Amino acid sequence: MAAPAVKTEGLRDCRDAWSLTLCDLAANDPRIVAVVNDSIGSSKLGGFQKQFPDRLVNVGIAEQCMVGVGAGLANGGKVPFVSAASCFLTGRALEQVKADIAYAGFNVKLVGQSSGVAYGELGATHHSIEDFAWLRPLTNITVIVPADAWETAEAVKWAADHEGPVYLRLSRMPVPDLAVENRVFRPGKAEILRAGGDVTLIANGTIAHIALAAADLLAAEGINARVLNMATLNPLDEAAVLAAAEETGAIVTAEEASVRGGLGGAVAELTSAHRPVPVERIGFPGFLPTGSVEWLFREYGLSAEGIAERARAAMTRASK
Amino acid sequence: MTLENDPAALIREKALWMRRTAFRMVHEAQLGHPGGDFSAIDIMATLYFGVMNYDPAQPDLASRDRFIMSKGHATGALYTALCAAGYYPEDWLKTYMQPKSLLNGHPNRNYLPGIETNTGPLGHGFPVAVGIAIAGQISGADYRTFVLTGDGEQQEGSNWEAAMTAGHRKLENLTLIIDRNRLQQGQGTEQTAGLDPLDDKYRAFGFHVEMADGHDVGALLALLSASPKGRGKPLCIIANTVKGKGVSFMENQAGWHHGVPNTEQFAQAMEELV
Repeated sequence: MAAPAVKTEGLRDCRDAWSLTLCDLAANDPRIVAVVNDSIGSSKLGGFQKQFPDRLVNVGIAEQCMVGVGAGLANGGKVPFVSAASCFLTGRALEQVKADIAYAGFNVKLVGQSSGVAYGELGATHHSIEDFAWLRPLTNITVIVPADAWETAEAVKWAADHEGPVYLRLSRMPVPDLAVENRVFRPGKAEILRAGGDVTLIANGTIAHIALAAADLLAAEGINARVLNMATLNPLDEAAVLAAAEETGAIVTAEEASVRGGLGGAVAELTSAHRPVPVERIGFPGFLPTGSVEWLFREYGLSAEGIAERARAAMTRASK
Repeated sequence: MTLENDPAALIREKALWMRRTAFRMVHEAQLGHPGGDFSAIDIMATLYFGVMNYDPAQPDLASRDRFIMSKGHATGALYTALCAAGYYPEDWLKTYMQPKSLLNGHPNRNYLPGIETNTGPLGHGFPVAVGIAIAGQISGADYRTFVLTGDGEQQEGSNWEAAMTAGHRKLENLTLIIDRNRLQQGQGTEQTAGLDPLDDKYRAFGFHVEMADGHDVGALLALLSASPKGRGKPLCIIANTVKGKGVSFMENQAGWHHGVPNTEQFAQAMEELV
Protein backbone atom coordinates (compact mmCIF):
# COMPACT_ATOMS: atom_id res chain seq x y z
CA MET A 1 0.00 0.00 0.00
CA ALA A 2 1.30 3.41 -0.94
CA ALA A 3 2.07 5.63 2.00
CA PRO A 4 0.69 9.12 1.72
CA ALA A 5 3.20 11.69 0.56
CA VAL A 6 3.91 14.06 3.41
CA LYS A 7 6.76 16.44 4.00
CA THR A 8 8.67 15.06 6.94
CA GLU A 9 11.02 17.89 7.78
CA GLY A 10 10.65 18.70 11.47
CA LEU A 11 7.87 16.18 11.82
CA ARG A 12 7.79 12.81 13.54
CA ASP A 13 5.96 9.59 12.76
CA CYS A 14 4.29 8.50 16.00
CA ARG A 15 4.69 4.88 14.97
CA ASP A 16 8.41 5.19 15.69
CA ALA A 17 7.67 6.36 19.22
CA TRP A 18 5.19 3.50 19.62
CA SER A 19 7.54 0.75 18.50
CA LEU A 20 10.64 2.01 20.34
CA THR A 21 8.65 2.42 23.55
CA LEU A 22 7.18 -1.05 23.23
CA CYS A 23 10.66 -2.54 22.82
CA ASP A 24 11.88 -0.68 25.91
CA LEU A 25 8.94 -1.93 27.93
CA ALA A 26 9.23 -5.49 26.65
CA ALA A 27 12.90 -5.62 27.65
CA ASN A 28 11.83 -5.19 31.26
CA ASP A 29 8.51 -7.02 31.23
CA PRO A 30 8.43 -10.54 29.81
CA ARG A 31 4.63 -10.48 29.85
CA ILE A 32 4.53 -8.06 26.94
CA VAL A 33 3.80 -9.65 23.59
CA ALA A 34 2.83 -8.21 20.22
CA VAL A 35 0.12 -9.66 18.01
CA VAL A 36 -0.13 -8.68 14.35
CA ASN A 37 -1.99 -9.57 11.16
CA ASP A 38 0.90 -9.62 8.68
CA SER A 39 1.39 -6.00 9.68
CA ILE A 40 4.93 -6.07 11.07
CA GLY A 41 6.16 -3.45 8.61
CA SER A 42 3.25 -1.05 8.83
CA SER A 43 3.27 -1.42 12.61
CA LYS A 44 7.01 -0.78 12.61
CA LEU A 45 7.56 -3.91 14.67
CA GLY A 46 10.55 -5.23 12.76
CA GLY A 47 12.82 -4.25 15.67
CA PHE A 48 10.50 -5.93 18.17
CA GLN A 49 10.54 -9.08 16.06
CA LYS A 50 14.34 -9.07 16.01
CA GLN A 51 14.65 -8.51 19.74
CA PHE A 52 11.80 -10.75 20.86
CA PRO A 53 11.12 -13.28 18.11
CA ASP A 54 9.17 -15.60 20.43
CA ARG A 55 6.96 -12.78 21.65
CA LEU A 56 5.67 -11.64 18.30
CA VAL A 57 2.57 -13.57 17.28
CA ASN A 58 1.72 -13.12 13.61
CA VAL A 59 -1.62 -14.78 12.91
CA GLY A 60 -1.62 -13.78 9.27
CA ILE A 61 -4.41 -11.89 7.61
CA ALA A 62 -7.02 -12.95 10.14
CA GLU A 63 -8.26 -10.06 12.25
CA GLN A 64 -11.04 -11.85 14.11
CA CYS A 65 -8.59 -14.54 15.17
CA MET A 66 -6.02 -11.87 16.01
CA VAL A 67 -8.28 -10.12 18.52
CA GLY A 68 -9.47 -13.41 20.02
CA VAL A 69 -5.85 -14.54 20.36
CA GLY A 70 -5.17 -11.28 22.18
CA ALA A 71 -7.88 -12.14 24.69
CA GLY A 72 -6.45 -15.64 25.11
CA LEU A 73 -2.93 -14.32 25.65
CA ALA A 74 -4.27 -12.08 28.40
CA ASN A 75 -6.01 -15.08 29.94
CA GLY A 76 -2.62 -16.81 29.88
CA GLY A 77 -1.01 -13.97 31.84
CA LYS A 78 0.47 -11.96 28.99
CA VAL A 79 0.06 -8.26 28.25
CA PRO A 80 -0.71 -8.32 24.54
CA PHE A 81 -0.44 -5.32 22.24
CA VAL A 82 -2.56 -6.17 19.21
CA SER A 83 -1.43 -3.97 16.36
CA ALA A 84 -3.02 -3.65 12.94
CA ALA A 85 -4.41 -1.09 10.55
CA SER A 86 -7.27 0.30 12.56
CA CYS A 87 -9.78 0.05 9.71
CA PHE A 88 -9.50 -3.75 9.98
CA LEU A 89 -8.70 -4.04 13.69
CA THR A 90 -11.83 -2.18 14.73
CA GLY A 91 -13.99 -2.87 11.70
CA ARG A 92 -13.42 -6.46 10.67
CA ALA A 93 -13.08 -7.60 14.26
CA LEU A 94 -15.60 -5.27 15.88
CA GLU A 95 -17.60 -8.06 17.51
CA GLN A 96 -14.40 -9.60 18.86
CA VAL A 97 -13.40 -6.20 20.23
CA LYS A 98 -16.81 -5.93 21.86
CA ALA A 99 -17.26 -9.46 23.22
CA ASP A 100 -13.72 -10.77 23.73
CA ILE A 101 -12.00 -7.58 24.89
CA ALA A 102 -14.47 -5.00 26.20
CA TYR A 103 -17.23 -7.18 27.61
CA ALA A 104 -14.82 -9.79 28.90
CA GLY A 105 -12.60 -7.05 30.29
CA PHE A 106 -9.33 -8.60 29.22
CA ASN A 107 -6.10 -6.74 29.70
CA VAL A 108 -5.48 -6.26 25.98
CA LYS A 109 -4.07 -3.20 24.26
CA LEU A 110 -5.45 -2.66 20.78
CA VAL A 111 -3.25 -0.43 18.67
CA GLY A 112 -4.86 0.97 15.56
CA GLN A 113 -2.27 2.00 13.01
CA SER A 114 -2.68 4.32 10.02
CA SER A 115 -5.96 5.57 11.41
CA GLY A 116 -8.22 8.28 10.12
CA VAL A 117 -7.46 9.02 6.47
CA ALA A 118 -3.78 8.10 6.55
CA TYR A 119 -4.52 5.75 3.65
CA GLY A 120 -6.26 8.60 1.86
CA GLU A 121 -5.64 7.47 -1.70
CA LEU A 122 -6.64 3.89 -0.95
CA GLY A 123 -10.24 4.88 -0.51
CA ALA A 124 -12.98 4.60 2.05
CA THR A 125 -12.46 0.88 2.72
CA HIS A 126 -9.07 1.75 4.17
CA HIS A 127 -10.07 4.90 5.99
CA SER A 128 -10.69 4.45 9.69
CA ILE A 129 -12.99 7.32 10.48
CA GLU A 130 -15.75 5.25 12.10
CA ASP A 131 -13.63 3.72 14.87
CA PHE A 132 -14.46 6.38 17.46
CA ALA A 133 -18.18 5.83 16.97
CA TRP A 134 -17.76 2.05 17.09
CA LEU A 135 -15.65 1.94 20.23
CA ARG A 136 -17.05 4.78 22.30
CA PRO A 137 -20.14 2.82 23.44
CA LEU A 138 -17.92 -0.10 24.57
CA THR A 139 -17.61 1.79 27.78
CA ASN A 140 -14.74 0.01 29.47
CA ILE A 141 -12.22 0.46 26.67
CA THR A 142 -10.01 3.45 27.29
CA VAL A 143 -9.64 5.20 23.94
CA ILE A 144 -6.50 7.29 23.57
CA VAL A 145 -5.56 9.35 20.53
CA PRO A 146 -2.05 10.74 20.97
CA ALA A 147 -1.23 14.04 19.33
CA ASP A 148 2.52 13.69 18.91
CA ALA A 149 5.47 11.39 19.46
CA TRP A 150 5.90 12.30 23.13
CA GLU A 151 2.26 11.65 23.90
CA THR A 152 2.39 8.39 21.96
CA ALA A 153 5.30 7.13 24.05
CA GLU A 154 3.57 8.18 27.27
CA ALA A 155 0.34 6.52 26.20
CA VAL A 156 2.10 3.24 25.38
CA LYS A 157 3.81 3.27 28.79
CA TRP A 158 0.55 4.05 30.54
CA ALA A 159 -1.33 1.34 28.64
CA ALA A 160 1.26 -1.27 29.58
CA ASP A 161 0.83 -0.38 33.26
CA HIS A 162 -2.93 -0.05 33.19
CA GLU A 163 -4.97 -3.18 33.96
CA GLY A 164 -7.77 -3.25 31.40
CA PRO A 165 -8.64 -2.84 27.74
CA VAL A 166 -7.14 0.10 25.87
CA TYR A 167 -7.43 1.30 22.28
CA LEU A 168 -4.53 3.45 21.10
CA ARG A 169 -5.29 5.22 17.88
CA LEU A 170 -2.19 6.10 15.91
CA SER A 171 -1.69 7.67 12.53
CA ARG A 172 1.12 7.30 10.03
CA MET A 173 1.18 10.97 9.12
CA PRO A 174 4.18 12.74 10.66
CA VAL A 175 3.23 15.48 13.10
CA PRO A 176 5.19 18.19 14.93
CA ASP A 177 5.89 17.95 18.63
CA LEU A 178 3.44 20.08 20.58
CA ALA A 179 5.36 22.84 22.32
CA VAL A 180 4.01 22.50 25.83
CA GLU A 181 6.23 22.98 28.86
CA ASN A 182 6.39 20.46 31.69
CA ARG A 183 3.96 18.07 30.12
CA VAL A 184 2.46 15.29 32.16
CA PHE A 185 0.37 12.60 30.48
CA ARG A 186 -2.91 12.34 32.34
CA PRO A 187 -5.30 9.82 30.80
CA GLY A 188 -8.89 10.94 31.01
CA LYS A 189 -7.91 14.58 31.33
CA ALA A 190 -7.92 17.20 28.63
CA GLU A 191 -4.61 18.98 28.17
CA ILE A 192 -4.92 22.75 28.00
CA LEU A 193 -2.68 23.68 25.08
CA ARG A 194 -3.68 27.32 25.22
CA ALA A 195 -5.80 29.36 27.61
CA GLY A 196 -8.57 31.55 26.26
CA GLY A 197 -12.07 32.74 27.04
CA ASP A 198 -13.76 33.59 23.72
CA VAL A 199 -14.22 30.17 22.17
CA THR A 200 -12.87 26.65 22.77
CA LEU A 201 -11.21 24.49 20.16
CA ILE A 202 -11.16 20.80 21.11
CA ALA A 203 -9.06 18.43 19.04
CA ASN A 204 -6.88 15.36 19.34
CA GLY A 205 -4.45 13.23 17.40
CA THR A 206 -3.17 14.69 14.17
CA ILE A 207 -5.46 17.71 14.47
CA ALA A 208 -4.27 19.07 17.82
CA HIS A 209 -1.38 21.05 16.32
CA ILE A 210 -3.64 22.41 13.59
CA ALA A 211 -6.07 23.65 16.25
CA LEU A 212 -3.17 25.52 17.82
CA ALA A 213 -2.38 27.15 14.47
CA ALA A 214 -6.06 28.10 14.18
CA ALA A 215 -5.83 29.76 17.59
CA ASP A 216 -2.90 31.83 16.27
CA LEU A 217 -5.03 33.03 13.36
CA LEU A 218 -7.85 33.93 15.72
CA ALA A 219 -5.48 35.71 18.10
CA ALA A 220 -4.44 37.97 15.24
CA GLU A 221 -8.07 39.07 15.09
CA GLY A 222 -8.24 39.62 18.82
CA ILE A 223 -10.10 36.37 19.55
CA ASN A 224 -8.71 34.39 22.45
CA ALA A 225 -9.36 30.74 21.76
CA ARG A 226 -8.91 28.07 24.38
CA VAL A 227 -7.34 24.95 22.88
CA LEU A 228 -7.82 21.55 24.46
CA ASN A 229 -6.03 18.37 23.45
CA MET A 230 -8.60 15.65 24.19
CA ALA A 231 -6.23 12.73 23.83
CA THR A 232 -8.53 10.48 25.83
CA LEU A 233 -11.80 10.14 23.99
CA ASN A 234 -13.15 7.56 26.39
CA PRO A 235 -13.69 8.35 29.18
CA LEU A 236 -14.22 11.93 28.09
CA ASP A 237 -13.03 14.72 30.38
CA GLU A 238 -16.54 15.97 31.00
CA ALA A 239 -15.45 18.61 33.48
CA ALA A 240 -13.15 20.23 30.92
CA VAL A 241 -15.88 20.24 28.27
CA LEU A 242 -18.50 21.71 30.59
CA ALA A 243 -16.04 24.31 31.84
CA ALA A 244 -15.33 25.25 28.23
CA ALA A 245 -19.05 25.56 27.53
CA GLU A 246 -19.60 27.64 30.65
CA GLU A 247 -16.56 29.88 30.32
CA THR A 248 -16.28 30.38 26.56
CA GLY A 249 -19.86 29.81 25.38
CA ALA A 250 -18.91 28.26 22.06
CA ILE A 251 -17.03 25.11 21.06
CA VAL A 252 -15.43 23.78 17.92
CA THR A 253 -14.40 20.14 17.73
CA ALA A 254 -11.92 18.97 15.11
CA GLU A 255 -10.95 15.37 14.56
CA GLU A 256 -9.61 13.09 11.85
CA ALA A 257 -12.79 11.05 12.04
CA SER A 258 -16.44 11.01 11.13
CA VAL A 259 -18.45 13.89 12.56
CA ARG A 260 -20.94 11.26 13.69
CA GLY A 261 -20.29 9.64 17.01
CA GLY A 262 -16.71 10.71 17.66
CA LEU A 263 -15.18 13.58 19.61
CA GLY A 264 -17.72 16.05 18.21
CA GLY A 265 -20.55 13.69 18.98
CA ALA A 266 -19.31 13.15 22.54
CA VAL A 267 -18.98 16.88 23.18
CA ALA A 268 -22.39 17.60 21.65
CA GLU A 269 -24.07 14.84 23.70
CA LEU A 270 -22.64 16.23 26.88
CA THR A 271 -23.21 19.91 26.29
CA SER A 272 -26.75 19.44 24.96
CA ALA A 273 -27.67 17.66 28.17
CA HIS A 274 -25.91 19.91 30.66
CA ARG A 275 -24.83 23.22 29.18
CA PRO A 276 -26.19 23.81 25.68
CA VAL A 277 -23.86 25.99 23.62
CA PRO A 278 -23.13 26.08 19.89
CA VAL A 279 -20.88 23.16 18.95
CA GLU A 280 -19.35 23.22 15.48
CA ARG A 281 -18.11 19.75 14.55
CA ILE A 282 -15.32 19.46 12.02
CA GLY A 283 -14.54 16.08 10.58
CA PHE A 284 -15.68 13.89 7.75
CA PRO A 285 -19.34 13.62 6.74
CA GLY A 286 -19.27 10.02 5.48
CA PHE A 287 -17.53 7.89 2.87
CA LEU A 288 -14.84 10.00 1.30
CA PRO A 289 -13.48 10.34 -2.20
CA THR A 290 -9.95 9.22 -2.82
CA GLY A 291 -7.25 11.79 -2.26
CA SER A 292 -4.10 12.50 -0.34
CA VAL A 293 -4.36 13.02 3.37
CA GLU A 294 -3.39 16.68 2.91
CA TRP A 295 -6.05 17.19 0.28
CA LEU A 296 -8.72 15.52 2.42
CA PHE A 297 -7.77 17.68 5.40
CA ARG A 298 -8.07 20.87 3.36
CA GLU A 299 -11.24 19.78 1.58
CA TYR A 300 -13.08 19.04 4.82
CA GLY A 301 -11.93 22.01 6.84
CA LEU A 302 -9.25 20.32 8.93
CA SER A 303 -6.91 23.26 8.45
CA ALA A 304 -6.02 26.29 10.55
CA GLU A 305 -8.18 28.45 8.29
CA GLY A 306 -11.05 25.97 8.33
CA ILE A 307 -11.05 25.66 12.10
CA ALA A 308 -10.79 29.44 12.56
CA GLU A 309 -13.74 29.95 10.25
CA ARG A 310 -15.88 27.52 12.23
CA ALA A 311 -14.78 29.20 15.46
CA ARG A 312 -16.13 32.51 14.18
CA ALA A 313 -19.35 30.72 13.18
CA ALA A 314 -19.71 29.21 16.63
CA MET A 315 -19.15 32.61 18.27
CA THR A 316 -21.74 34.19 15.98
CA ARG A 317 -24.26 31.49 16.89
CA ALA A 318 -23.50 31.98 20.57
CA SER A 319 -24.07 35.71 20.42
CA LYS A 320 -27.55 35.36 18.89
CA MET B 1 -16.67 -51.61 41.12
CA THR B 2 -17.34 -48.56 43.22
CA LEU B 3 -17.56 -45.01 41.95
CA GLU B 4 -14.16 -44.27 43.48
CA ASN B 5 -12.28 -46.75 41.33
CA ASP B 6 -14.47 -46.57 38.24
CA PRO B 7 -13.92 -43.11 36.74
CA ALA B 8 -16.41 -43.69 33.92
CA ALA B 9 -19.14 -44.54 36.41
CA LEU B 10 -18.42 -41.36 38.37
CA ILE B 11 -18.59 -39.32 35.17
CA ARG B 12 -21.90 -40.93 34.20
CA GLU B 13 -23.32 -40.15 37.62
CA LYS B 14 -22.24 -36.51 37.34
CA ALA B 15 -23.66 -36.31 33.83
CA LEU B 16 -27.01 -37.63 35.02
CA TRP B 17 -27.11 -35.01 37.78
CA MET B 18 -26.16 -32.31 35.26
CA ARG B 19 -28.95 -33.34 32.86
CA ARG B 20 -31.60 -33.40 35.58
CA THR B 21 -30.40 -30.14 37.06
CA ALA B 22 -30.00 -28.34 33.73
CA PHE B 23 -33.49 -29.38 32.64
CA ARG B 24 -34.93 -28.15 35.92
CA MET B 25 -33.16 -24.81 35.40
CA VAL B 26 -34.63 -24.51 31.91
CA HIS B 27 -38.07 -25.53 33.15
CA GLU B 28 -38.06 -23.02 35.98
CA ALA B 29 -36.66 -20.19 33.85
CA GLN B 30 -38.75 -21.21 30.83
CA LEU B 31 -35.64 -20.22 28.91
CA GLY B 32 -32.55 -22.02 27.73
CA HIS B 33 -31.02 -24.29 25.15
CA PRO B 34 -31.62 -27.82 26.44
CA GLY B 35 -30.97 -29.64 23.16
CA GLY B 36 -27.40 -28.41 22.94
CA ASP B 37 -26.90 -28.73 26.71
CA PHE B 38 -27.72 -32.42 26.50
CA SER B 39 -25.54 -33.17 23.50
CA ALA B 40 -22.56 -31.65 25.34
CA ILE B 41 -23.07 -32.84 28.91
CA ASP B 42 -21.22 -36.17 28.65
CA ILE B 43 -18.23 -34.35 27.15
CA MET B 44 -18.34 -31.72 29.88
CA ALA B 45 -18.65 -34.30 32.65
CA THR B 46 -15.69 -36.22 31.21
CA LEU B 47 -13.53 -33.08 31.14
CA TYR B 48 -14.42 -31.83 34.61
CA PHE B 49 -14.53 -35.17 36.41
CA GLY B 50 -11.97 -37.20 34.53
CA VAL B 51 -9.48 -35.07 32.66
CA MET B 52 -8.86 -31.47 33.68
CA ASN B 53 -6.64 -30.11 36.43
CA TYR B 54 -8.26 -27.25 38.30
CA ASP B 55 -8.88 -25.98 41.79
CA PRO B 56 -12.24 -24.29 42.43
CA ALA B 57 -10.69 -22.55 45.46
CA GLN B 58 -8.12 -20.92 43.19
CA PRO B 59 -9.97 -20.35 39.92
CA ASP B 60 -7.24 -18.07 38.53
CA LEU B 61 -4.32 -20.37 39.23
CA ALA B 62 -1.88 -19.85 36.35
CA SER B 63 -1.22 -23.57 35.95
CA ARG B 64 -4.88 -24.60 35.64
CA ASP B 65 -6.19 -26.36 32.59
CA ARG B 66 -8.59 -24.12 30.69
CA PHE B 67 -12.01 -24.98 29.30
CA ILE B 68 -13.90 -22.66 26.98
CA MET B 69 -17.54 -23.22 26.13
CA SER B 70 -17.54 -21.65 22.71
CA LYS B 71 -21.15 -22.68 22.12
CA GLY B 72 -22.00 -20.21 24.85
CA HIS B 73 -25.73 -20.82 24.73
CA ALA B 74 -25.14 -24.24 26.33
CA THR B 75 -25.07 -22.68 29.78
CA GLY B 76 -27.14 -25.53 31.23
CA ALA B 77 -24.17 -27.81 30.56
CA LEU B 78 -21.53 -25.28 31.65
CA TYR B 79 -23.15 -23.99 34.84
CA THR B 80 -24.04 -27.45 36.12
CA ALA B 81 -20.49 -28.66 35.41
CA LEU B 82 -18.92 -25.74 37.26
CA CYS B 83 -21.36 -26.14 40.14
CA ALA B 84 -20.73 -29.87 40.41
CA ALA B 85 -17.00 -29.18 40.26
CA GLY B 86 -17.32 -26.93 43.30
CA TYR B 87 -17.01 -23.44 41.88
CA TYR B 88 -20.22 -22.24 43.51
CA PRO B 89 -23.15 -23.57 45.55
CA GLU B 90 -26.17 -25.27 44.03
CA ASP B 91 -28.43 -22.49 45.29
CA TRP B 92 -27.02 -20.17 42.64
CA LEU B 93 -28.45 -22.35 39.88
CA LYS B 94 -31.95 -21.36 40.96
CA THR B 95 -31.34 -17.84 39.71
CA TYR B 96 -30.65 -19.00 36.13
CA MET B 97 -31.46 -16.13 33.75
CA GLN B 98 -33.37 -14.18 36.38
CA PRO B 99 -32.87 -10.39 36.46
CA LYS B 100 -29.31 -9.54 37.50
CA SER B 101 -28.43 -13.19 38.03
CA LEU B 102 -24.78 -14.14 37.82
CA LEU B 103 -26.02 -17.00 35.67
CA ASN B 104 -26.52 -14.97 32.54
CA GLY B 105 -28.03 -16.58 29.45
CA HIS B 106 -24.48 -16.63 28.12
CA PRO B 107 -21.38 -17.02 30.30
CA ASN B 108 -19.55 -14.01 31.70
CA ARG B 109 -16.13 -14.38 33.31
CA ASN B 110 -16.68 -11.30 35.43
CA TYR B 111 -19.73 -12.83 37.06
CA LEU B 112 -18.75 -16.40 37.78
CA PRO B 113 -15.51 -18.14 38.76
CA GLY B 114 -14.35 -20.85 36.38
CA ILE B 115 -15.38 -19.08 33.20
CA GLU B 116 -12.35 -18.32 31.06
CA THR B 117 -13.87 -15.92 28.55
CA ASN B 118 -17.21 -14.47 27.60
CA THR B 119 -18.96 -16.37 24.84
CA GLY B 120 -22.34 -16.41 23.18
CA PRO B 121 -21.78 -14.98 19.73
CA LEU B 122 -20.53 -18.03 17.84
CA GLY B 123 -16.99 -18.47 16.58
CA HIS B 124 -15.31 -16.59 19.43
CA GLY B 125 -14.11 -19.34 21.75
CA PHE B 126 -11.68 -21.11 19.44
CA PRO B 127 -9.47 -18.06 18.68
CA VAL B 128 -9.34 -17.23 22.40
CA ALA B 129 -8.37 -20.81 23.18
CA VAL B 130 -5.62 -20.54 20.58
CA GLY B 131 -4.36 -17.40 22.34
CA ILE B 132 -4.33 -19.20 25.69
CA ALA B 133 -2.39 -22.07 24.15
CA ILE B 134 0.11 -19.66 22.57
CA ALA B 135 0.60 -17.99 25.95
CA GLY B 136 1.42 -21.41 27.37
CA GLN B 137 3.78 -22.10 24.50
CA ILE B 138 5.62 -18.80 25.03
CA SER B 139 5.84 -19.35 28.81
CA GLY B 140 6.73 -23.02 28.58
CA ALA B 141 3.71 -23.80 30.76
CA ASP B 142 2.20 -27.28 30.83
CA TYR B 143 -1.47 -26.44 31.12
CA ARG B 144 -3.89 -27.78 28.53
CA THR B 145 -6.60 -25.77 26.81
CA PHE B 146 -9.89 -27.35 25.80
CA VAL B 147 -12.51 -25.65 23.69
CA LEU B 148 -15.93 -27.04 22.84
CA THR B 149 -17.68 -25.69 19.76
CA GLY B 150 -20.99 -26.60 18.25
CA ASP B 151 -20.94 -28.15 14.81
CA GLY B 152 -23.19 -25.49 13.32
CA GLU B 153 -20.78 -23.02 14.89
CA GLN B 154 -18.09 -24.34 12.56
CA GLN B 155 -19.80 -22.33 9.84
CA GLU B 156 -18.30 -19.18 11.39
CA GLY B 157 -15.13 -18.26 9.50
CA SER B 158 -13.24 -17.19 12.61
CA ASN B 159 -12.87 -20.89 13.47
CA TRP B 160 -10.90 -21.47 10.30
CA GLU B 161 -8.64 -18.53 11.04
CA ALA B 162 -8.02 -20.08 14.46
CA ALA B 163 -7.48 -23.54 12.97
CA MET B 164 -4.85 -22.13 10.63
CA THR B 165 -2.95 -20.50 13.49
CA ALA B 166 -3.23 -23.54 15.77
CA GLY B 167 -2.00 -25.92 13.09
CA HIS B 168 0.77 -23.59 12.00
CA ARG B 169 2.05 -23.19 15.55
CA LYS B 170 1.67 -26.91 16.36
CA LEU B 171 -0.21 -26.19 19.58
CA GLU B 172 -0.15 -29.68 21.02
CA ASN B 173 -1.63 -28.57 24.34
CA LEU B 174 -4.77 -27.40 22.57
CA THR B 175 -7.78 -29.66 22.15
CA LEU B 176 -10.76 -28.70 20.04
CA ILE B 177 -13.88 -30.75 20.63
CA ILE B 178 -16.69 -30.41 18.12
CA ASP B 179 -20.14 -31.32 19.40
CA ARG B 180 -21.26 -32.99 16.18
CA ASN B 181 -25.00 -33.40 16.76
CA ARG B 182 -25.67 -32.53 13.13
CA LEU B 183 -28.44 -30.06 13.99
CA GLN B 184 -28.31 -26.30 14.19
CA GLN B 185 -31.05 -23.90 15.25
CA GLY B 186 -33.22 -24.29 12.18
CA GLN B 187 -32.44 -27.68 10.66
CA GLY B 188 -29.60 -30.09 9.92
CA THR B 189 -26.09 -28.77 9.41
CA GLU B 190 -25.78 -30.64 6.14
CA GLN B 191 -29.04 -29.14 4.88
CA THR B 192 -27.89 -25.65 5.86
CA ALA B 193 -24.23 -25.28 4.93
CA GLY B 194 -22.64 -28.71 4.89
CA LEU B 195 -19.55 -29.37 7.00
CA ASP B 196 -18.54 -32.87 5.99
CA PRO B 197 -15.91 -34.14 5.70
CA LEU B 198 -15.06 -32.24 8.85
CA ASP B 199 -12.26 -34.62 9.85
CA ASP B 200 -10.44 -34.16 6.55
CA LYS B 201 -10.72 -30.41 6.89
CA TYR B 202 -9.04 -30.43 10.30
CA ARG B 203 -6.38 -32.88 9.14
CA ALA B 204 -5.61 -30.52 6.30
CA PHE B 205 -5.16 -27.72 8.83
CA GLY B 206 -2.55 -29.75 10.71
CA PHE B 207 -4.62 -31.31 13.48
CA HIS B 208 -4.55 -34.82 14.80
CA VAL B 209 -8.19 -35.84 14.41
CA GLU B 210 -10.11 -38.44 16.36
CA MET B 211 -13.73 -39.43 15.85
CA ALA B 212 -15.63 -40.41 18.97
CA ASP B 213 -19.06 -41.27 20.28
CA GLY B 214 -19.69 -38.15 22.32
CA HIS B 215 -21.82 -40.04 24.81
CA ASP B 216 -19.35 -42.89 25.43
CA VAL B 217 -17.58 -41.46 28.43
CA GLY B 218 -15.09 -44.33 28.55
CA ALA B 219 -13.95 -43.60 25.01
CA LEU B 220 -13.91 -39.85 25.62
CA LEU B 221 -11.91 -40.36 28.80
CA ALA B 222 -9.28 -42.38 26.97
CA LEU B 223 -8.93 -39.83 24.18
CA LEU B 224 -8.96 -36.73 26.36
CA SER B 225 -6.76 -37.92 29.19
CA ALA B 226 -3.96 -39.18 26.92
CA SER B 227 -0.91 -36.96 27.29
CA PRO B 228 -0.53 -34.56 24.38
CA LYS B 229 3.25 -34.41 24.86
CA GLY B 230 5.12 -35.29 21.71
CA ARG B 231 2.04 -35.24 19.53
CA GLY B 232 3.32 -32.12 17.84
CA LYS B 233 -0.15 -31.17 16.65
CA PRO B 234 -3.31 -29.79 18.16
CA LEU B 235 -5.99 -32.40 18.75
CA CYS B 236 -9.46 -32.23 17.23
CA ILE B 237 -12.07 -34.61 18.56
CA ILE B 238 -15.19 -34.81 16.46
CA ALA B 239 -17.68 -36.04 19.01
CA ASN B 240 -20.73 -37.56 17.37
CA THR B 241 -23.61 -36.67 19.63
CA VAL B 242 -27.38 -36.58 19.78
CA LYS B 243 -29.08 -33.27 20.36
CA GLY B 244 -31.35 -33.63 23.39
CA LYS B 245 -29.61 -36.91 24.35
CA GLY B 246 -31.33 -38.76 27.18
CA VAL B 247 -34.88 -37.50 26.83
CA SER B 248 -36.93 -39.39 24.24
CA PHE B 249 -39.02 -36.52 22.95
CA MET B 250 -36.04 -34.19 22.61
CA GLU B 251 -33.56 -36.44 20.86
CA ASN B 252 -32.60 -35.30 17.36
CA GLN B 253 -35.28 -32.61 17.33
CA ALA B 254 -34.04 -29.24 16.07
CA GLY B 255 -37.00 -27.61 17.83
CA TRP B 256 -35.40 -28.38 21.19
CA HIS B 257 -32.43 -26.14 20.38
CA HIS B 258 -34.11 -23.54 22.54
CA GLY B 259 -37.33 -25.34 23.38
CA VAL B 260 -38.62 -25.25 26.95
CA PRO B 261 -40.60 -28.01 28.68
CA ASN B 262 -44.14 -27.73 30.00
CA THR B 263 -45.03 -29.41 33.27
CA GLU B 264 -45.86 -32.77 31.69
CA GLN B 265 -42.71 -32.81 29.58
CA PHE B 266 -40.61 -31.93 32.60
CA ALA B 267 -42.17 -34.77 34.61
CA GLN B 268 -41.60 -37.24 31.77
CA ALA B 269 -37.98 -36.17 31.41
CA MET B 270 -37.37 -36.68 35.12
CA GLU B 271 -38.79 -40.20 34.81
CA GLU B 272 -36.47 -40.96 31.91
CA LEU B 273 -33.36 -39.37 33.44
CA VAL B 274 -32.61 -41.97 36.09
